[in-house]
Amino acid sequence: MDLESAKMIGAGLAIGLGAIGPGIGEGIAASKALEAIGRNPEASGKIMPLMFVSMAIAESTAIYALVIALIILFG
Amino acid sequence: MELNISLSPEILFHIGNMPITNTLIGSFLISLAIIIFVLYLNRTLSKDKPGKLQNLIELLISEAFDFTESIIGTKEKAKKIFPLAFTMFIFILISNLITFIPGQAAITLNHGGETVSIFRAAMADYGLVFMMTMITVILIQVVAVAVHGPFGYIGKFFNFKSPLSFFLGLMDIVGELAKIVSLSFRLFGNIFAGEVLGAVMLFLAPFFIPLPFLFLGLLSAVVQAFVFAVLTVVFIKLASEIEEDELVEQASM
Repeated sequence: MDLESAKMIGAGLAIGLGAIGPGIGEGIAASKALEAIGRNPEASGKIMPLMFVSMAIAESTAIYALVIALIILFG
Repeated sequence: MELNISLSPEILFHIGNMPITNTLIGSFLISLAIIIFVLYLNRTLSKDKPGKLQNLIELLISEAFDFTESIIGTKEKAKKIFPLAFTMFIFILISNLITFIPGQAAITLNHGGETVSIFRAAMADYGLVFMMTMITVILIQVVAVAVHGPFGYIGKFFNFKSPLSFFLGLMDIVGELAKIVSLSFRLFGNIFAGEVLGAVMLFLAPFFIPLPFLFLGLLSAVVQAFVFAVLTVVFIKLASEIEEDELVEQASM
């Protein structure tokens, strides 16, 4: 295997494996937030910004993997 | 036609030995635009007859201030941190949104045989994001020192009460360093990934297919600006709080 194809495989593995955890985590966060809004629709104004913040934090591990993949590809 | 993506910003020209990149020009132009707009707004402010623009801005600022206060707890703390957090929010938001103006990527300059676009998303330059993160992280340390005192601050990291708390103290150092990486990579990664995704989609299918991805980019542009400012406020809130057992300690001393 030459270096170029190894790089491609490495980048694909990095983002593919790195996106599993945050995907599950963000799904859980969204489902719980929607559940809470369903129970108490008046509180949606308070829940939504907190949901976005926590989802962005859960997303950060995927972003690390993405940055690594991009560095492998274009760096 | 081939994809042309680089992690570092493209160099437009040199002044002396200093390379001038397209993100530098973009961020300067954005800063200039914000300053001129604020100066104009400042001249037209009136107490008796507020205009439509003034009402809109006042509404925006008061809502943002209430939100900051609801996060950080007290009004005095909110007054201190609000200018920084809101400036960061506005700067990141505008520099993210400005890349969605169509046609600006077509303005290019010739540098050393390569055509380089003059405008590029300012937050897709790691240098700028890193500096903004360092402002936040250094401010967190300063606030922590001011609240806990220099000895309390160092004592948080080097705790000799038990092996476990010593280990946890060392982990706190790692946690402080990880803040730099997590804050900056989150913003940089999202914006740069949005740019790359847009370029790849335009490359694969020029019409209609990129639209949903553009919408996703628009969403993340707003959310990431919001998240960066909110995390700044949250970190400073965490640094400025005194834990209960620490209060007891201080009282007994």
